[in-house]
Amino acid sequence: MVIGLGHYLTVAAVLFTLGVFGIFINRKNVIVILMSIELILLAVNINMVAFSTHLNDIVGQIFAMLILTVAAAEAAIGLAILVVFFRNRGSIAVEDVNRLRG
Amino acid sequence: MTVTAAFFYLFATITIASGFMVIASRNPVQSVLFLILAFVNAAGLFLMMGAEFLAMILVIVYVGAVAVLFLFVVMMLDVDFAALRQGFLQYLPIGGVIGVIFLLELILVVGAYSIDPGLVRSPAVPIPSPAVMTNTEALGQVLYTRYFYFFQAAGLILLVAMIGAIVLTLRERVGVRRQDISKQNARTQETAVEVRKVPFRQGI
Repeated sequence: MVIGLGHYLTVAAVLFTLGVFGIFINRKNVIVILMSIELILLAVNINMVAFSTHLNDIVGQIFAMLILTVAAAEAAIGLAILVVFFRNRGSIAVEDVNRLRG
Repeated sequence: MTVTAAFFYLFATITIASGFMVIASRNPVQSVLFLILAFVNAAGLFLMMGAEFLAMILVIVYVGAVAVLFLFVVMMLDVDFAALRQGFLQYLPIGGVIGVIFLLELILVVGAYSIDPGLVRSPAVPIPSPAVMTNTEALGQVLYTRYFYFFQAAGLILLVAMIGAIVLTLRERVGVRRQDISKQNARTQETAVEVRKVPFRQGI
């Protein structure tokens, strides 16, 4: 059987859904939420590369590289904020993040 | 062709299963390790699609840098992760409903989607055949010419992220003695040496 565009898009859709689902069920744990965001970005990357191959156009892979860059930057900044927050509050629970509420 | 299909299903199954374990695992360290497994298998999927460079970048950047960064942070923070899992079951129904709706919509879109054949015939930059040049070379020839500003913007994003992470986590500790060269150079004999007249047979 031929593995086509639809197969890869289905894998990406399932992975994206798992990421969204992970954000919902791990409402309290910021680290797992960040990992879920990484899963979502990975799913988007799979979509980009699948369409790039299907349309025989290399620009999709260039854009996938930008998504990779943004994902790496986002992980670095997110984890830095997490470390600073843990240093100040001694906790990483999401409901403790309310200092700006006034 | 059956070998290709077998490898696709192998990589896809492990990617999705480990993606599920990332969000369902009790221990965040295990979550990070499953995230690494998902990335490696997604790199396998990329290889099957013919994007060799991106597959290797995925292994190097994601597994080598991002996942290890996650691992460092998870192990560095002394957090009671069991307490963070309170309410896991509370959010499960709403999360499940939204997830299922989302997945059904995505699959409906994928199933009902058809691509204009004209798009396939006229790509912006066609992928050269592997016999002519490798995937890495083809990417470089496009990235450094046509998308050069794009490349620089990516570098700028990384620079801003690096500066941001350093500024956020750098802290001035009190009580740590550091070398201050301008202070050392500003010392003169008057400030550094004190000449005292010691009284006879009394000491200071």
